Amino acid sequence: MGVQTGEIKATVKDYILDEFLPGEDPEALTDDTPLITGGILDSIATVKLVGFLEERFGVQFSAHEMSADYLDTLDDIAGIVSSKM
Amino acid sequence: MHRLDHLVERSAARLPGHVAVEDPSRATAITYAALNAITDRIRDHLRALGVQPGDRVGIYAPKSIGTVASLFGILKAGAAYVPVDPGAPPARNAFIFKDCSVRAVLVDRKKVEGLRGEYEGQELREVAALDDLLPYGADLALLSVPPQPMAGPPVDTDNLSYILYTSGSTGKPKGVMHTHASALSFIDWCSTVFEPTPEDKFSSHAPFHFDLSILDIYVPLKHGATLVLIGESLGKQPAQLAQVIAETGITAWYSTPSILRLLVEFGKMETHDYSALRIVNFAGEVFPVKHLRALTKIWPHPRYFNLYGPTETNVCTYYAVDLPVPEDRTEPYPIGWACSGDECMVADFDYREVAPGAEGELLVTGGSVMRGYWNLPERNAQAFHVGEDGKRWYKTGDVVRDGGGGCYVFVGRRDRMVKRRGYRVELGEIESALYKHPAVTEAAVVALPDEQNGVLIKAFMNWMDDSKPSLIRLKQFCAKNLPLYMIPDRFSFLDTLPKTSTDKIDYQRLKTLP
Repeated sequence: MGVQTGEIKATVKDYILDEFLPGEDPEALTDDTPLITGGILDSIATVKLVGFLEERFGVQFSAHEMSADYLDTLDDIAGIVSSKM
Repeated sequence: MHRLDHLVERSAARLPGHVAVEDPSRATAITYAALNAITDRIRDHLRALGVQPGDRVGIYAPKSIGTVASLFGILKAGAAYVPVDPGAPPARNAFIFKDCSVRAVLVDRKKVEGLRGEYEGQELREVAALDDLLPYGADLALLSVPPQPMAGPPVDTDNLSYILYTSGSTGKPKGVMHTHASALSFIDWCSTVFEPTPEDKFSSHAPFHFDLSILDIYVPLKHGATLVLIGESLGKQPAQLAQVIAETGITAWYSTPSILRLLVEFGKMETHDYSALRIVNFAGEVFPVKHLRALTKIWPHPRYFNLYGPTETNVCTYYAVDLPVPEDRTEPYPIGWACSGDECMVADFDYREVAPGAEGELLVTGGSVMRGYWNLPERNAQAFHVGEDGKRWYKTGDVVRDGGGGCYVFVGRRDRMVKRRGYRVELGEIESALYKHPAVTEAAVVALPDEQNGVLIKAFMNWMDDSKPSLIRLKQFCAKNLPLYMIPDRFSFLDTLPKTSTDKIDYQRLKTLP
């Protein structure tokens, strides 16, 4: 489980850096950096992220999960993805 | 009839030996008597070559006592002057002169060949060298220009005083026509508010093709005060400029906020004595409050005025800033109350007045509004809304709201508002939020069409620290100060933001930058 969330986090982190934070120092994005409440992911970006998670990890999200309550940090994201796998 | 050229004649009769214009860059000055005599001779040269009332005459030269004399000589001949940016390419300036078919041009000798090259097959004959301007550092030639064919209906040139060309969104400059009456409506209002006396010294920082020059030139000369010319290169060197303002004893300053910000940052102003300064006017763009606050700490004693108005209206609203500027204030000051004999209205897209306090486009009618654009009948029809009572309202394109009792608050440009994810986004509001960051010295935001998201918002900033900030930190800062849908998609850092020839941020150029 621990190894798995670590891999999920690394994959998601790379995706977010590439897609939404081009040029950012990877170290600046930590496991608890607020993504949605911190202004990094807006509503469209959140939808794109969920699309990526669904395709990459073969999981399904319901509409109510696409919010800061479930997806605000890399920790949150790894947690919800691994619970669905 | 009330005319601009009478202002200098009257002051010359009253105060012949008083200094009318001072040029610190060339260490020269001219009295009212001498200025009046030279302008008479320029008028006579123009008449001799056949210039008639209603004709247009171009001025293509750097700022000097000679260019001040030239524009009064042109006015005395009954013609309208057309000043162009001496640093602009000859092709652009020739376009302007051809567009309004100038009868003659007063041109800096170094620019003659370039201009001739743009009039292929037509002779620009030199009819006089204006030698009596040489002692004042101006080497001007008077060229006669053959008439150009003009399409469209005839233009009403009666009592035109000047035509200022502003860059149009279509890329072709358009000529804003003012009459003696529309200029004086503004100048006479300035008299009542600024109460100039012959002891005053007014700055002339703006170039003469920029509308700030109307206050600069005519208000002091009307009252027998002294005009202090700030030449093109001095105007861009804050340390020297700060020294000149102090040493010449300027009492009334007028410029864009950009210049004042540069003075604060690089002027070493604490080393100079500015006790003569009693008025600071600014206009042309929003003054970010943090920079205004910094300025008022260095210059605590003058009165500060925010003057608002597009070239098309002269200054049509004004706001006197109360000092001190509160430490926690971040919202820019209002543009204020109607002035210059004008009336304002806030209107919806159908040009009906909105409810008090609601946002809408600012429309202006009254004494200081332009006659129209030169030879652009369709643009003129679009530029004005004609009310049921026949009043012509100029549509400023600026969105404002009445903050109470007719004190207008600027919200943004109509064309700087974009829809994003269904929300209305005012780009200026994003800029105001970025300015709250202590390391941001300049900020400008543009919106570009984007296939994926509809619109892409890019922020350009000048960042005070050497190291670029973390994008995450920056987004977090924005999230604290803006709704999430207003956070820029991209951030770029520049040493200095590109400026137009009139020292405003050049948004068109920013849109082309990566």
